[in-house]
Order: sequence, then C-alpha cells, then structure tokens
Amino acid sequence: MKFELAGAPHLPPAQSVAGMMRQVLYALVPAIAAHWWYFGWGIVFQIVLAVGFALLFEAIMLRLRQQPVKMFLGDFSAVVTGVLFALCMPPLAPWWIAAIGMLFAIVIAKHLYGGLGFNLFNPAMVGFAAVIIAFPIDLSNWLAPRPLSPGLPGLAETARAILAGQLPPGLSWDAISQATPLDALRTGVQDNLTVTEIRRDPVFGNFGGLGWEWIASWYAIGGLWLIYKRVISWHVPVATLVTVIVLSTPLWLLGPDTNPSPPQHIFSGALVLAAFFIATDPVSGCSTLRGKLIFGAGVAVLTLAIRRFGGYPDGVAFAILLMNMAAPLIDRYTRPRTYGHRR
Amino acid sequence: MSTSTSGLRLHGFPGGLKMRHHKQVSCRQPPAVAEIPKRLYIPIGQHQGEVGTLRVEPGERVLRGQALTASEDDFVVPAHASTSGKVAGVVEWPASWPPGSSRRCIELISDGCDESIEPQPLPDWQSRDSEAIINHLRAGGLAGLGGAMFPTAAKLRGDWGGLDTLILNGAECEPWISCDEMLMRIRPEAIINGARILARAVSAGRVLIAIEDPMDEVGAALESARRQMDSANIVRIVRIPAIYPEGGERQLIQTLTGLEVPHDGLPQDLGLVCHNVATAAAAFDAVARGWPLTERLVTVTGPGILEPRNFSARIGTRIAELVSQAGGYTDQATRLVLGGPMSGIALPSDDIPITKGSNCILALEADQVSRPHPTLPCINCTECVRVCPAGLLPQLLFKAVAADHEDEAAELNLFDCIECGCCAQVCPSHIPLVDWYRHGKDRLRLKRLDQRRAALAKRRFEARQSRLEKAEAERQARRERRRQKLAAPDQAKSEIQAAIERARGKKD
Repeated sequence: MKFELAGAPHLPPAQSVAGMMRQVLYALVPAIAAHWWYFGWGIVFQIVLAVGFALLFEAIMLRLRQQPVKMFLGDFSAVVTGVLFALCMPPLAPWWIAAIGMLFAIVIAKHLYGGLGFNLFNPAMVGFAAVIIAFPIDLSNWLAPRPLSPGLPGLAETARAILAGQLPPGLSWDAISQATPLDALRTGVQDNLTVTEIRRDPVFGNFGGLGWEWIASWYAIGGLWLIYKRVISWHVPVATLVTVIVLSTPLWLLGPDTNPSPPQHIFSGALVLAAFFIATDPVSGCSTLRGKLIFGAGVAVLTLAIRRFGGYPDGVAFAILLMNMAAPLIDRYTRPRTYGHRR
Repeated sequence: MSTSTSGLRLHGFPGGLKMRHHKQVSCRQPPAVAEIPKRLYIPIGQHQGEVGTLRVEPGERVLRGQALTASEDDFVVPAHASTSGKVAGVVEWPASWPPGSSRRCIELISDGCDESIEPQPLPDWQSRDSEAIINHLRAGGLAGLGGAMFPTAAKLRGDWGGLDTLILNGAECEPWISCDEMLMRIRPEAIINGARILARAVSAGRVLIAIEDPMDEVGAALESARRQMDSANIVRIVRIPAIYPEGGERQLIQTLTGLEVPHDGLPQDLGLVCHNVATAAAAFDAVARGWPLTERLVTVTGPGILEPRNFSARIGTRIAELVSQAGGYTDQATRLVLGGPMSGIALPSDDIPITKGSNCILALEADQVSRPHPTLPCINCTECVRVCPAGLLPQLLFKAVAADHEDEAAELNLFDCIECGCCAQVCPSHIPLVDWYRHGKDRLRLKRLDQRRAALAKRRFEARQSRLEKAEAERQARRERRRQKLAAPDQAKSEIQAAIERARGKKD
C-alpha cells in the first residue's frame, strides 16, 4: 500500500490565523456593546465603514500584488484593523475619515511593507495617527455619554451626520458634543485647576471617565479571555498596566493636584484597549517574551509622557508606533538563553 | 513538586505541550506474539554506526540469534538472525529514512522451525566488571530501543569519571505510543534487572526510572519488582508529569536533575547516562538469559488501524505483516507514521521492515492529519517561543532559514533544535517549521563543508604559491650570482687563469 509523505508533526494544527483573529473580534464585542450604550449608534457605523474600506483596500492591494485574494481576506486581519481603528473614532466622525485612515492603514502601513506578517508598524495605529494629525478637529468632536446627553442621535440621525455631515435639526455640535475626560483633564490642568476640581466635571465617572471606565473594563475582560485562550500572551498587557500604576502612583501621591490617579489614567482614553488589543499586535511587536515586557513598559512610559507633556490628550497611538520602531532592537538584546548554553 | 514514590524533587522544563493521550487504544489487550513471516528483511546497518562485515553466505542456514554481521568496534552493532532459516542474499530494501531510500538488508527465508542457537548468558554478571558486561551487550546487538538506535556499548563504554546516575527513560510522551508502557507492565523484573546490569556497566550508584504520571499500573508493577530484585536499593521510580517532549533525553535530564546538558557536550559530562527502559530489558535478555536482540515490542495503532494493539515482533518483519495481524487498515488510512505523531517519520510504503528502533506504527486517517495547508506568512504570534523546550526563537529561526541567512540561523542556535515539533503544532500560520529547520541544518552543514573544503584548497594553493615563490627566488639568486660574475670579467678571467694554473700544477 502507498501512503502520503509529509513532515512531522502529523496532527492537525491546533489553531489558525483566522481563528485567532476571530477570537480577537469576539473579545471586543462586549466593549463595543458598552460603547453603543454610552455613545449611541455611531460606533456601529464607524465599524461598518472602517471594515468595509479595510476589506476593499485589502482586496485591491492583494490583487495588485498578485496574491491569493480569497485566502488573505479570509484571515480576518483586515477586519481586526478596521474594528480597532473604528474604536478610536469619535462616534459621529465623517465617513471619509475612515476611508483615509484605512488607506494609510491597509495600503501604506500593511501592503507597501509586504502584507500580512511584514508590516513594521501597527496598521490601525498608523491610520489613526494619520487622521488625528490631518483632521484634529473632526477627531475631537466626541459625543457626551448617554447619562449627560440631551439625547443621543438615533439611527437615521447618526447616518445623516456621518454620511452627509448634517446634524439633527435644532441641534448644534456644542449641544451634543463634550470634551473627553482626557481633554477635560488636559485643559483643566492648563487652566491651573487642581485635579480634584477638574474631576467635579460630570464627564468623570467613579474612577475614570463616565462611560469610558465601563468600556475600558469590558476591554479588560475581553483581553483576559484572550489571555486565557492563549490568543495573546500576558506579557504586554501586564507590563503596560503595571508600568502605568508604578509610574503614576508616586506622582499622584506627591502631587495629587496636578497628577491624575492611576485608575484615572487607566480607565480613560484608549489605554486598556491598547494594552490588550493593540500593543499585543504580534506582527509589529516584540519576538521575545522579555522583549514583550519591555515593549509594554515602553508603551506605558511614552503614553504617560505624551499625556503629560505632549500635544495630544492621549498618546497611546504614538507610543505604540514609537515602540514598533524599537521592537527589532529590543528583540536583539532580549534573546532567551538556549538550553545548554551559558548566558 | 515532589513525588510520593521517590521523594525526588522535580524541576520541570520550559515550554512543551500537554497532549491528549491515546495510549489506552493499544493497551486494551496484552501484546500479541506476531507471526514469524516467511521472509524477513534484516537491515545490516540498522544503527547510527557503520555497517558490520557479513558473516554469512547466501544459501547458508542460520539459527535464531546467530550473528549475521561481525562487530569490529563499539559503533558497529551486529545484526542477528531473527529466526531460523536460509539466507537468500543481500538485497536493497526500502528504508524509513531518508524518505524513499533503500538500505542493504539480509533477506532471510524462515524455515518455520524457529530453532535457536544455544543461549550464551554472562555467568555471574553481578560480580563481573564493566568491560565484560559491555562486550556482552555489544555481541548481543544492543542499540537504543527508544528510536535513535544509538549503539548501547558505545554509550556505556568510556572513562567518564564520576558517572553516578543511570536514567531509564520510560516516559513515552508521544500521544499514541504504548510499547514501553506495555513492556513495563508485563516485564517489570527484566527492566529492574536490566537497570542493575546497565548501572553495573557504568558503575552508577543510582538508577532513576522515569515514568509518566498517568501510568498507575506501571508504577505498581515496577515498584513490586523493585522490592524483590533491587536488594542494594539503588533503583528509584520517579513519576513525572506528562508533558511532551519530556521523553526527550535532554528534557528528561532537566526535569529530573535541573541540569542542562551542555550544548557541545553529552549527558555523561553531567555524570549521567540515559537509556530506554526497553534497552534495559534487552540488556537483561542478553546478559542474564543469553539472547541477542532479535525481537521487540511494537505498537500498531491509530485511527487508521482496525484492531490496534502491541506486538512482540521479530526484527525484519515487514510493517504490512504486523498491520494485517492488527486487522488491517481502515478505508480512510492515508498516512503511515513510524514513531509518534509529533516527531515520527511518514512512510511511503508498509514494505519497510521493523528495526531495533521501531517503537510504533501509526496509521492516521485523512481528517486527522496535518494537511499541506496553504501556509500564511508568520505573524510573529510567539506561541512557538512559548512552547519551545530548547529556549529558541522558532519564528526568527524560520525567517532566517527561509531567507537563506544560514549564519543568522546558526547564531540563533539552529543546531540546538531537537525537532520535537511543538512549534509547528501550535503555529497558526501552519508553517512546516521542523521541515524548514532540517533544511536549514542541511544547508549549514553543506556550507561548513564547503568552507572547510575552500579553506583546505586555499591552504594548498598558498603552500604551492610559496613553494613556487621560493623556487623562483632561488633561481633569481643563482642568476644574480652568475650575472655578477659576468659583470666582473677581470675577476672571471683571473679565476679562469687560476684554474688553468691549478691544472698545470697538477700535471707537473
């Protein structure tokens, strides 16, 4: 009898790229639901737009690069990029922001560098950095969360706002938008208010930003599930969050008037999302386990530095891009000791 | 982590995989004695060493246990006739590795009598020196039965100085193989006595028999045999958690002792020597009972086999004969593997004979095998880093090898890869990583060979060059001397004059 030849191991593979990406998407569902609850239908449109453009650009680029289109579209990596980008968008951001963001993410950051597995920078963060630099006003128009809002726009109103740029009649941007907690904090500190005074603003919640703190909590729960399922390793999230706590606690204890508390840092902005879902991007991150610890710590340090000294209220995207640059160097100096070799 | 049976502190090893075990499938019934086939194909070089010289002629009748090849040194393991019959000749017969290759085998036609030679035990082995024991093991044709078939005598002999521990490997960590477990259940005395023999051969004062945690029955059987046989109380039975590839020699040593075998060294450098439990039983058969190694336990199992079980099979039996006694293949059997599913070799045909290292024949069905999926690019997920027991960076190794950067691969310690397959098993991009590492190792070996050859050629060229230069310089010097003479005609004339006068003087 004749048999097929193949290399070991002979068992069916334990997992696939598409499976891992799908699990990442599942893990984001609770946080997306919370986002929808606090900020309305905007997130749904943003996801549909970003994912749509991501897949469109992905298909075009794959075709141009003469790669198997169906196989690579089925790996869900472009979908994850689109969703992560959408989660950073203000709910009523106009549709063309998603288009431009995905152009930078998929076409430039991903395919011009060689496609899946070869991009040096996290595509979603490249897209986000491009649009926040180019359109800072459009990206700062955040809605007030549901408890503070005079009324979140409905489905049709949201569609009109995003696609045609028309706000519901009788409403102005000033009425429905509100500074994000990080914006409020930033301008407050610039106006020489103490953090305690700033936090009297209703936009702050129990420990972070109102609404934001719960979205962040759901990110964390989804991320813990990914760690449990071994889709991501614990190294980056733990290093990021521990470093934020270790750095912000003494500053907060020494100067509680000008420095936000550790929970305030963690539960506002995109820090938890970044720690579990973006800085854990395997392709643009570190290849060694100790390197991942340094990578996560670096993201935390840079984020806090940009929040404190930089020109943007939240520095997560830039922190991650900067650490992407450092990753190959970190890998070089954090190689594990091979069995039987001396250090 | 300590175990109740031995009190030995376990150290574990990094990485590895917890696998679902399927040992019970082939353990439901005791091993069957496989029928002796009409024709046996006994490989002449079935070990890692060289091939011994033939001691039989075609047409000659041989008895079971009769040596077919002679052994000149420890690295040459003699082959023995597995049954009585007529030597038909030496034929090229399919071999398991490399795939599609063939090897010289002695074709033995059984006469159905299964007549044996007179057993030649080593009398009073308990008081014999290691030299005598090792020579006897060599004559008995012992090679590592765990799969690697390393010549046992070569592993035992040598002045290692301070070899204190013999480790017997009973931790069969591949999910389907059960022949060692079966052996430990049915012949615990042979293993304990074999352990004493091997320990005596290397003067080790301690024997650790490592078995896997779920092997309850085995633990009990070995323990009671140990109480009866091991009067000197040197043997300890250690249960280790079942994590693949714990049965790998280096990982086993790390688990039991916390020590790592130096990358350029051997276990003996740590005062340890490792043997398989089946090798210990074969040592007992050779030394105490006087039987050369002519049969072994083979697991024939897998979803592609109708009645999986263990067989006691003669060396040289074709795989097809064992499978037919195990009920045959299922209709969907598409892959035949020698060894376990993680590191075994896919066989092109079942004509390949059982050798001393054949522990398991595994038949897998189409829906339970790794398919040559379209592979995606590596996404650097580092799952491979987390499971690598050797502390390597498998994804970077792959990228280095795939980009033909052999030197970078060497710098990433490619040669420390034990090819356990954990990385490939967890790879979400389905990259056949182990194949790439083998390819990379071959490329590196070739490159080093080329470099050595080039260095040699360079040295030869330079030697010739300097030789030629020296000859040229001498010629130039001679020319120079002549030229100077010509340039000074007076001196030349006077020299000639002087010579003429000397000649005249002689005449006078």
